[in-house]
Amino acid sequence: MRRVVVTGLGVMSPVGRDPASFFANLLAGHSGVGRHSRLFAEDSTAWLTAEVPAFATEGFTKMRLGTLDRTTLLALLTARQAVADAKLVAEDKDRAGVYWGTGLGGATTMEESYRQFLGNAAAARIKPSTVVMTMNNAAASEISLDFGFTGQTYTYSIACSSSAVAIGESARAIRAGYCDCVVAGGADSLLTLGSLKAWNALQTLAREDTDEPGTSCRPFAADRSGFVLGEGAGAVVLEELQHAERRGATIYAELAGFGATSDASHVTKPSAPGQARAMAMALNDAGLAPQDIGYINAHGTATVVGDVVETEAIKTAFGEFALRVPISSTKALHGHLMGATGVVEFIAALMAMRQGVIPPTAHLRYPDPACDLDYVPNEARSASAINAVMSNSFAFGGNNAVLIAKRM
Amino acid sequence: MSTFDKVREMLVDQFQLDPAIVTPEAALQELKIDSLAAIEFLFLLEEKFNVDAPKGRVDLKTVGDVANEIDRLLDDQHSDKESAGTVA
Repeated sequence: MRRVVVTGLGVMSPVGRDPASFFANLLAGHSGVGRHSRLFAEDSTAWLTAEVPAFATEGFTKMRLGTLDRTTLLALLTARQAVADAKLVAEDKDRAGVYWGTGLGGATTMEESYRQFLGNAAAARIKPSTVVMTMNNAAASEISLDFGFTGQTYTYSIACSSSAVAIGESARAIRAGYCDCVVAGGADSLLTLGSLKAWNALQTLAREDTDEPGTSCRPFAADRSGFVLGEGAGAVVLEELQHAERRGATIYAELAGFGATSDASHVTKPSAPGQARAMAMALNDAGLAPQDIGYINAHGTATVVGDVVETEAIKTAFGEFALRVPISSTKALHGHLMGATGVVEFIAALMAMRQGVIPPTAHLRYPDPACDLDYVPNEARSASAINAVMSNSFAFGGNNAVLIAKRM
Repeated sequence: MSTFDKVREMLVDQFQLDPAIVTPEAALQELKIDSLAAIEFLFLLEEKFNVDAPKGRVDLKTVGDVANEIDRLLDDQHSDKESAGTVA
């Protein structure tokens, strides 16, 4: 069977704009959560968000920057990091693809054009590029254009599972022989007033800790109250093993397993059986047993219901080993990156395996008796012999996606 | 500053071009400005000069064509105002 390996990584996140600083900040417990930098004219709320700090855009003309949505810009920069990291040279660009994930695509551009239009419909002038800036496949298209990849370019929009599914589906495409190498990942930047208000109305956002805003998101803790909306992007280069070996690429890990299920039970309420089936499917796909997994990067959104359900699901999938496997939710620090969350958390898990150290679940001061597994609270932990890691992503809509990376 | 100079200044700024190559004869295509970017640039020009370019009818090949079109639109607008003034 054709095997799939990871040879390049890229991250643009609230806690680091490259994989090394991203992971170092997770280990150190540095939070990317804070008061939103932009004040909205129509609203005096000091929103809590996780923003990507200002970044360089040299090489982009003013015109180009004016015609790329922020989501696409983050996507392009992170894809370039991953391709540069892999030193990727596709043997056949017709067999090189892009598998991308996004929840809302060009959300900022869309909201700004609505704002202009609804403010004064008669005088409104909407940028001609609005259509291509807001389409959900904008990022994937720009990545394909940037590298001249003429194979399959697909966009998956599955809320919080988007980029995990993109990675999993690209691995299946490589295994099945449709591609030899891909850039896979996802991006989202939806820190607009409209979406902040909508998420807030749904009562899923964390209550702000006014003394220490950066600690407001507290996965698996008794005082958890939800997540912080974040923005960012992540990318991996995946290659068929021999394609990577022929060009002497550094291989970080094997993308060994993918499991995807649907709950078909409720649009927002997660379901332990659906999540457990996805974990079991990923283990089966990787040919691994629960005791082979040395670390789980949990979906861990810090919602009251979500963390208990994921805990139950891990118990179902891992049986007696559930109590032994270290689990953490890094969302406490980088926020919920929506369409990008699957890929950046997969990268966190992969780097934990490579470096032999597990990032903590930050801000877990008060344990919840209903969340009774090992969540690696507050302090990073050395773990020298990790041979395989799991990353969970569970989306609104009841879509569950689980990825497993294995040491080569 | 002539309309051409203003257009050139905007082209240089938006597309990071060397001002020396932005001549009246320079074709937009030679300056690596594709059709989508040209539409977007025209949109910026409309804003800057406060004119409305007819959509989908103008075939602007060179920088000089663009500047002439803006001058024509400015003239039209001016004479519209004048004739409106006469009627009133």
